[in-house]
Amino acid sequence: MAITLNVNGTSHEIEVPEGTPLLWVLRDRLGMTGTKYGCGIAQCGACTVHVDGQPRRACVTPVESVGKAEVTTIEGLQGEVADAVRGAWQDIDVPQCGYCQSGQIMAAVSLLQSTPDPDDADIDQGMSGNLCRCATYLRIRQAIRNAAADVSA
Amino acid sequence: MFMKEAIMQAGNMQEAIPVDALSSDADGAPVNVSRRGFIAGLGAGALVIGFSLRSGRALADVTAGGLETVKGGDATPSLFIAIESDGSVKLTCHRSEMGQQVWTSMAQILADELEADWSRLSIVQAIGDPRYGDQNTDGSRSVRWNFHRLRVAGAAMRTMLERAAAAQWGVDAGDCRGERHLVRGPGGRTAGYGELAAAAAAQDVPAESEVGLKERAQWRFIGKDVPSLTVPRIVRGEGTFGIDVRLPDMLVAVVARPPQVFGRVRSVDDQAALKVPGVVGTVTLPALEPPAMFKALGGVAVVAEDTWAAMQGRQALQVQWEAGPNAGYDSDSFAETIAATAREPGDVRRSRGDVDAALEGAAKRIEADYYVPHLSQSPMEPPAATARWTGGRVECWACVQAPQATRAAVAEACGVPEEDVTINVTWLGGGFGRKSKPDFVVEAALIAREIDRPVKVTWTREDEVRHGYYHSVSAQHMEGALDQDGRCTAFLHRTVFPPIPSTFQAGAEQPSWGELRLGASDNPFAVPNLRLETGNAPAHVRIGWLRSVANIYHAFAIQSFAAELAHAAGRDQKDYLLELIGPPRRVDPRDEGAEYDNYGDPMDEYPIDTGRLANVVREVAALSGWGRSLKKGQGLGIAAHRSFLSYVATVVEVEVDADGRLTIPGVWSVIDAGTVVNTRHVTAQVEGGTLYGLSNTLYGAITAKNGAIEQSNFPSWRLMRMNESPRAMEVKIVASNAPPGGVGEPPTPPAGPALTNAIFAATGLRIRRLPIFTNDSGDRLPVDTLS
Repeated sequence: MAITLNVNGTSHEIEVPEGTPLLWVLRDRLGMTGTKYGCGIAQCGACTVHVDGQPRRACVTPVESVGKAEVTTIEGLQGEVADAVRGAWQDIDVPQCGYCQSGQIMAAVSLLQSTPDPDDADIDQGMSGNLCRCATYLRIRQAIRNAAADVSA
Repeated sequence: MFMKEAIMQAGNMQEAIPVDALSSDADGAPVNVSRRGFIAGLGAGALVIGFSLRSGRALADVTAGGLETVKGGDATPSLFIAIESDGSVKLTCHRSEMGQQVWTSMAQILADELEADWSRLSIVQAIGDPRYGDQNTDGSRSVRWNFHRLRVAGAAMRTMLERAAAAQWGVDAGDCRGERHLVRGPGGRTAGYGELAAAAAAQDVPAESEVGLKERAQWRFIGKDVPSLTVPRIVRGEGTFGIDVRLPDMLVAVVARPPQVFGRVRSVDDQAALKVPGVVGTVTLPALEPPAMFKALGGVAVVAEDTWAAMQGRQALQVQWEAGPNAGYDSDSFAETIAATAREPGDVRRSRGDVDAALEGAAKRIEADYYVPHLSQSPMEPPAATARWTGGRVECWACVQAPQATRAAVAEACGVPEEDVTINVTWLGGGFGRKSKPDFVVEAALIAREIDRPVKVTWTREDEVRHGYYHSVSAQHMEGALDQDGRCTAFLHRTVFPPIPSTFQAGAEQPSWGELRLGASDNPFAVPNLRLETGNAPAHVRIGWLRSVANIYHAFAIQSFAAELAHAAGRDQKDYLLELIGPPRRVDPRDEGAEYDNYGDPMDEYPIDTGRLANVVREVAALSGWGRSLKKGQGLGIAAHRSFLSYVATVVEVEVDADGRLTIPGVWSVIDAGTVVNTRHVTAQVEGGTLYGLSNTLYGAITAKNGAIEQSNFPSWRLMRMNESPRAMEVKIVASNAPPGGVGEPPTPPAGPALTNAIFAATGLRIRRLPIFTNDSGDRLPVDTLS
């Protein structure tokens, strides 16, 4: 199956078997390893990308279903909210091993884009799909609050 | 002979810097290697210092007495620090980076004594090689075993730069001072480290006695809140984990493994698998014979052009399995078996006074049985390894915690000498002990040789959950005697679990001293009569180690039972715990017949100091507001435990509603780890280690039926999520000049009992069997069963 995939502003003409999840097209075909595999069944969020600005689990998104939509991965994430999130993440060293953090950041940016001033319940709702075995949840929560304040300032 | 290091930079894999053979100094002092010839990859004017990591640390897998006797190595120094002519500084990190921020802490220690500009420093990850000394990144020892050596190396280099400047200026070396990447001399003269590197390379390395180490008050980096070297890359999705490795011409393999340990392939039909687009072949791996060690589990690998094709190929594979000797393993019945064993007299491993007489004469006798199931480490990155053969030599890239053990395992499995095996270490997306076992690297090497192309073996989450080296399952039987005044006069602890030695020695069933020293033999309670016994248990899965290891179930039993004794005595839990800990003193379990090695460090340097344990209890009580009035359904629980030479006390606050739903409004934890290198990262480890323990206590259970693991992925194997995590947590680091203790693991053991003690305080429900919530408990505590 020949498709054109738009990732981070670049068009890729590729040949892939139908049904291949977007995750593996990104990682193996396009060599973009920032989006991670954690479970393959949309339970852990490590594979979170944006498709036309909306968070999606790439591990269960068949690549052909993306169509002409814009895919944004951690490597191409940019903008005011992304800068605030990255800055907040670095200020207090949110990540430990860092493996889940691409997904966490993608999810956090989505959360702040839809809910600029999230309370604890909003953060739980927006982020509970993203597992962290190092359990950096306390810092993720704090960094989201800090980023929200930074953006609104 | 060349030694290669792999450089990890911004997601690119760069080929190694070859360095000439380095020779040692007899007693392991730093050696100037710059003059030993051209060092390709570094500039011609570089100063390179190599220093030995030999020390007096006796370890099970490193012969005491130095590198001369380490398997595979000659007595050459190891870690190198290079200062290039442009002033950039490279430090080899011989420990694996898995989120504990070891790159950063090693760099801080060096940079302080060297007086380096932090921004000029970069890390070179070491390959697995015995000349590095210990590279097993487990046991919470990276800082404590490298603190002094790195300081000496940094100070020696600074001294050489000062002497070089002094020689150039014709002044006294004592009047020259290295400061922030410059040597300052009399009359305002300065010279940069880079411009001095070549001249410094001509110097002799000063002896340790000649170099001045800083006073604590002069530390710029050590003990400070220094940001991570890895985080700036992580937030951009950069950095190469094991699963991210890509080589030209590489194939990907996904392996169908026997459901039972020591099961084997009876027959395989790969016709359908071979028809899956992208699949290039299948490889049957050798069947695993006991003992499991780090060998491959066996099974059938599907090899394909990419990961998805390999996964699809495996799904299409038809394999008939022979279940083998562990087919009868059933976790429910095994739980009953070990509980029954724990109720029978066992082998005495430590004894003080006369426990039996004291129990007989007790005013009150308390008894309790505790159970902790198997757990899986479950780093978010499953195991993954890449192997490439060139002639009879193999290079591997893998997320491993123990690169030397990896090298030995690959060499053994492939029948090649270790010199022909190179293990490159990537970043680890979490370890927690799983990646200390390199069975997955062995798989990659075997398959790559068969296929004759580079192969990356990727484990799925199901593979990681089903084919682990699990935290052992345990039954703990406790008995206590109280006198008329409620004081504890006898404490019996009987611990039963399939031991880690079973993985390395077929048929090993007795809990080893190495596991008892993890929280059982070193119980510091000041009880006049105390006894530790063990009961045997056979292993039917591969038993391994998981963050803090046997401390988990030992602390769960001891700290829960301490709370039960307090309750029986009608006393406050915290006060009673302090009474059990007793007056400040040093405890030596060897005095009472226990085999004890104090985590590999001398008892006089790192005593079991009950004063420090009591101190963290008092501190955490103050921090958490212990004793404040609480509403119905709210409760506080406390637990305190020494492990890996550090002391941690934790208070958990729970709130349980009328339906039995649990929330954790707050957690407080105080750690005394002696001298700490990085305050923010120590705090992060206390947060993460505590939540790791809470997650396992709340939900963690790996169970077997017919020898096969019942869980497969999230959520049947469940991890704590954001919405289930504590709403707030406060950590305090005790200020201390004591030698550095461990940090990565000590927070985990007290977490579980603090939580269950809190639940008891809130509801009267005593939980002795974990996990708190099983998959069919609907996340409700059975509060309606309480009167």
